[in-house]
Amino acid sequence: MPDTRPNNYLLHIDNIYKQYGDNMVLDNIDLSVNAGELCTVVGPSGCGKSTLLRLILGQEQATSGDIFLDGKQIGLPDTQRGVVFQRYSLFPHLTVLDNVCMGRRLPQSWAENRRQKKLIIEEATHFIEKVNLSVDDLHKYPHELSGGMQQRVAIAQALISKPRILLMDEPFGALDPQTREYLQLFLLEIWEQQKMTIFFVTHDLEEAAFIGTRMFALSQYYTDDRGEGDSINRGAKIVADHRLPPVASSSEIKHHPAFIKLIENIRQAAFDPTFLQHAKDFNLKHPDAFQTLTAEEQQTSF
Amino acid sequence: MKSIRPKLFGLHAAPSFRLNILLASLPFILLIAAYLIAADIRHQDNPQDKLMPSVSQMVDAVDRMAFTEDKRTGQYLMLEDTLSSLKRLAMGVVIAAFIGLLLGLNMAMFPGLQATLFSGVTFVSMIPPLAILPILFIVVGIDELAKVSLIVIGLFPLISRDIYLTVKKLPTEQVTKALTLGASELAVVYRIVLPQIIPRLIDSIRLSLGAAWLFLIASEAIASTDGLGYRIFLVRRYLAMDVIIPYVLWVTVLGFLFDWLLRWGVARFFPWYHKT
Ligand SMILES: Nc1ncnc2c1ncn2[C@@H]1O[C@H](COP(=O)(O)OP(=O)(O)OP(=O)(O)O)[C@@H](O)[C@H]1O
Ligand SMILES: [Mg+2]
Repeated sequence: MPDTRPNNYLLHIDNIYKQYGDNMVLDNIDLSVNAGELCTVVGPSGCGKSTLLRLILGQEQATSGDIFLDGKQIGLPDTQRGVVFQRYSLFPHLTVLDNVCMGRRLPQSWAENRRQKKLIIEEATHFIEKVNLSVDDLHKYPHELSGGMQQRVAIAQALISKPRILLMDEPFGALDPQTREYLQLFLLEIWEQQKMTIFFVTHDLEEAAFIGTRMFALSQYYTDDRGEGDSINRGAKIVADHRLPPVASSSEIKHHPAFIKLIENIRQAAFDPTFLQHAKDFNLKHPDAFQTLTAEEQQTSF
Repeated sequence: MKSIRPKLFGLHAAPSFRLNILLASLPFILLIAAYLIAADIRHQDNPQDKLMPSVSQMVDAVDRMAFTEDKRTGQYLMLEDTLSSLKRLAMGVVIAAFIGLLLGLNMAMFPGLQATLFSGVTFVSMIPPLAILPILFIVVGIDELAKVSLIVIGLFPLISRDIYLTVKKLPTEQVTKALTLGASELAVVYRIVLPQIIPRLIDSIRLSLGAAWLFLIASEAIASTDGLGYRIFLVRRYLAMDVIIPYVLWVTVLGFLFDWLLRWGVARFFPWYHKT
């Protein structure tokens, strides 16, 4: 197995399979993501979006296949990959300020932290201001903040470690529509400012199409040449992969006909259990998309 | 507007502050009244009754034990008893908490340690501590060490299992998150997880204080020359209920006080604890 791979993609995923017991969840996933992309992932509930994110994060291991970050095979979670979960991103026993400081303090010894105390607090305050929280909130505990504020702190907390890629698993999933839209615009702003690469999981198609520069759909609703029957244990594949128009930074675009059409297409391809495309017919229009089907999945016919 | 919540009965009852205090003191008042009446009846039959001493008899006893210097030693006996008992109790509880914390935390975090130690700790926790008291007396002697050891042995399995379960319940996201922020494995355990379980450790101590007193009094009763348990069992020979009852009340009050102090400490220093 090669340890490094000579290509320029920030993230490269090759023939990933993930099984829980007999339950095949991810079924031969191939994916390359360029630096600077805001990549959104959609798919029906339980299709394996969070599982894919956990694999990239290093929290879990794939049954087989390789994942490369910056050309190097990934290992356990580290500072290369930041993460914002839907819940539990913040440490409940630390104030907002201390939560954000952690990214600077944890890699260092007590002594170093003492010496750099002022510097670290300044830096953390800078990031907290960036996510539009006020100085009054610095010394509050997470339970004293609203859900939207908590997620903004979680973003600041992840940013201070300057990760190569920020992984987000339904970060706005538990928020009301207004807060959600506000945070979507806010995330776009931060993403542009910081020139980040983001991998954003959501089950909300509109959200995905709105904030992404690239959007792909994961789904178990498809067919291939492996045949039917109980012995065939199919998992989710990437069934659609689209490049999205440059970000408009305005929610106006949500009413644009092309935007609505795209959402309809993806809804059909990924969310409709009766609409079964053949694996070789998936709409993988994105220039970075690639797919390597096995001989069983795509049998050559004469 | 008239409140729709009833004052006392039902799921939605909202007793007022004064009613709350009245209700809380009711069991005490009833208990004391019942005792006084029963004691009075007995004293009418026999003014020298020892089994249910009157209030004045008990006040005399307390005065003798707590506020008069002992003729032989020149000390205030109740104070000396309390100090030696509390010293043993504190040492036992602190050592047990320390061992329990380290064991529970590390077993829950490191699967290798869990594999090595978990069944052992579970096994030890099933040993009735009082049953091995004779062994302790034989092995470590009948001095302070035996009494402290009994408390430690009785408490640490319970505390370590409680801490273990608490750590296991923390979301795995926290560990992942800490790693992505650059924490080493030890930093995850001791800088992220440990501070989060300290208030639970205090709760765990609160719950095991009752057992700690039990072990303390039992070992003092059997082999000691001072301590609250020693005194209670000593004066039992003379049927001195007028000493025993105040001593038991004193132990109870002390226990109540510690429980309250620890609860106050958790609320004061870990404001996030009950909110998560
Ligand atoms: N630790 C696990 N053990 C066993 N099965 C699991 C485990 N984690 C996930 N699964 C299974 O894997 C499948 C995918 O789960 P996953 O959480 O990745 O879905 P998802 O796409 O994120 O869904 P949602 O949109 O509801 O969050 C589910 O069928 C789930 O039951
Ligand atoms: Mg999920």
